[in-house]
Amino acid sequence: MAAPDSSITPAAPLVAPPAARRLRWLGDRGLAGLFVSPALALLLFLSVFPLLWALYLSFTDYSATRDTPAQWVGLDNYLDILKSSAVHDRAITTLVYVVGAVGLQTVLGFSIAYLISRRVRGRGLMTTLFLTPMMLSPVVVGLFWKFMLDTQFGVINSLLGSLGFGQVEWLTNQRLALLSLVIVDTWQWTPFIMLIALAGLTAVPRYLYEAASIDRASEWFRFRHITLPLVWPLLLIAILFRAIEAFRLFDLVYILTQGGPGVSTETLSFHVYKVAFLGFDTGLASAYGILMVIVVIILAQFYLRYLDRLREG
Amino acid sequence: MALQVDQAVAGEDTGREARSRRGAPRRTGSVRTWVEIALLAFFAVVMLFPVVWMLETSLKENRDVYAVPAKFLGFDVTFHHYKDVFVQRGGSGASDLAINFKNSVIVATLSTLVATALGVPAAWAYSRFPMKLKKDQLFFILSTRFMPPVVVVIPIFLMYRDLNLIDTKTGLILIYAAFNLPFTIWMMKGFVDEVPAEYEDAAMLDGYSRLEAFFRVTLPLLIPGIAATAVFALIFSWNEFVFSVFLTSSEDARTAPPAIAGLIGGTTVDWGLVAASAMVFAIPVLIFAFLVRKHLVAGVTLGAVRR
Repeated sequence: MAAPDSSITPAAPLVAPPAARRLRWLGDRGLAGLFVSPALALLLFLSVFPLLWALYLSFTDYSATRDTPAQWVGLDNYLDILKSSAVHDRAITTLVYVVGAVGLQTVLGFSIAYLISRRVRGRGLMTTLFLTPMMLSPVVVGLFWKFMLDTQFGVINSLLGSLGFGQVEWLTNQRLALLSLVIVDTWQWTPFIMLIALAGLTAVPRYLYEAASIDRASEWFRFRHITLPLVWPLLLIAILFRAIEAFRLFDLVYILTQGGPGVSTETLSFHVYKVAFLGFDTGLASAYGILMVIVVIILAQFYLRYLDRLREG
Repeated sequence: MALQVDQAVAGEDTGREARSRRGAPRRTGSVRTWVEIALLAFFAVVMLFPVVWMLETSLKENRDVYAVPAKFLGFDVTFHHYKDVFVQRGGSGASDLAINFKNSVIVATLSTLVATALGVPAAWAYSRFPMKLKKDQLFFILSTRFMPPVVVVIPIFLMYRDLNLIDTKTGLILIYAAFNLPFTIWMMKGFVDEVPAEYEDAAMLDGYSRLEAFFRVTLPLLIPGIAATAVFALIFSWNEFVFSVFLTSSEDARTAPPAIAGLIGGTTVDWGLVAASAMVFAIPVLIFAFLVRKHLVAGVTLGAVRR
C-alpha cells in the first residue's frame, strides 16, 4: 500500500539459508519424548503415585496420627464401607444432590439459552452477565449464600417476610438444608449448562429452520426434530461434566452446612473428609476414596466416550 | 473453529432482515416476545442479585448490615471494611488477609507458569507427532483432573509430610501445577491444531531444525492461545480451596480462599469484612474472565469442547 516512490532501497541480497542443520542426536521421536515426559512426570508424581499409595493404604489399618506401622488387613476396609449403613445414607444424599442439582441446572440452563438464542439484540452482553456466578470461587459463592440464607438477618427471609411468609430455616432445618445446597449449586452452575447449550443452539444451521417453515412445521416440531437432536450431544457432555463435578463436591458443603444439621447434607466427599481428617482413620478413608475414584472413573469413561464421538462426528 | 460468545451477536443482521420481510409483527408474536424478555430479565436479576447484595453489604455500616427488614437503598456508604481487609485493625501493619492475598498471587502465578512451561511443549508434541496410544494418553491426562480432591489430598498429605512440603508455598505451587496441567495440555492442543503443520515444514525446508521451527514459527503464533490458557489456569489456581485448606496451616503459606472461609469460624461473624474480602477476591477473577470470554466454552470444559 506504500506509495510508489523513486527512492526504493534495494532489497538485501538473498542469502541462501544454511544447509539443513538437523540435530542428529534429536530425532522427531526423541523430541516428542523430551517435550511430553516432563508433563507426564509431574502427573505421575502428583496424581498417579498418590493414588497408588492410597490403594496400598486402603488394605491396611494405617492411621496418620499413630506411629505404629501399618498392618495389612486385606479387604476389611472395603467390606466395612460397603456394609456400613452410614455410607449408604451418604450415598443416597449424594445421589439426591447430584440428580437434583444437575437436573435443575439442565432445565434452567437450557431454557435460558433457548430464550437468549431467540433474542436478536444484546446477546453478547446478556451472556456475559449470566456467566458471572460460574467464574466465582465456591468459597465466595458459599459465603454469599450463607449470609443471604441466614434465618434472622438474611435477605431471603427479609424478602419473604415482606411478602407475608414466616422465617424459614434454610440451612438449619433437616429437610431444607439439602434443598438449599441444591439451590446454591444451581445458582452457580446453571450458567455452565447455559453456555454450552447456547454454543449448540447458535451452531444449528439456519437453513434447517427455513426448510421447516416452508413445510409449515409447527414450532414444537421444529424444536423436537431440529433443535433438540442437534444440541443434545453437546448438552449431554455438559451434563456428564456437571455430574462428575457434583459427585465430588466438597467446598460448598464445607462452607454452607459442614454436613449438618445432623448428617442431612453430608455427601460422600464430606464423609471421606471426616473419616480421614477428623477420625484419622487413614486406611479406611483411603479405601473409601478408592471406591469414589472408581465411580468417578466410570463416569469419566462415559464422558470421554461421548466426547470422542462428538469430536469425531 | 472455536465457538465464541460474541458469535451470538453476529446473527443480528439476518434476524433483523427476516423480521422486516415478514412485515409488521403479529400481535400474538409481540406478546410472546415481551413475555420472553420479562423471563430473561427475571433470570438476570436472580443471577446477579447475590453479587450486588454482597457488594452493597461490603459498603454498609455494621448496623445496616444486620438491618431487618434489609436495606436495599439509602444506606451510608463506608469503605472501612475494605480497609480492614488490607490493614490491621487498630495498627498500621498489613493484616493477615493481606498476607494471604499475597500468597495467593504468588502461588497462582508460579503454578500457572510451571503448568504452561510443561504443558505447551507437551501439547505441541501431542498435536504434531504420531505416538503410541496417543488418544489413551490424552484421555488419561484429562481423567487425572476428575479425581475428587478430598481423596487425592489424603496421600498427598502423607507424601508432603515426608518431603517437608506441608505448609509451604512450594508444595501448593507443585500440586496446583499438576492440577492445571491436564487443562493446559488439552486447551493448548486445540490451539496448536489450528496452526497448520505446513508452516513448520516450510521452515524446515529453509534449513531450520524441527526444534527451531517450533520456537521461531509456531510459538509466536500460539501466544494469544497461551495467554488465554494461562488466564484460565490462573483463575483455577486462584479459586482452589481444598488443597490449600488441608495442606497449609500457617499464615505464611495459606492462600486467600481458606483464610476468607476462616472468617466465619468464630462465634461472631463480621459479615461486612467477609463481604469486602470476598469482593476483593472475586473482582480480579471477573476481570480475567471478561478478558477470555471468547474462549469460555473451551475453558470451562477443560479444553475438551471446541467447535
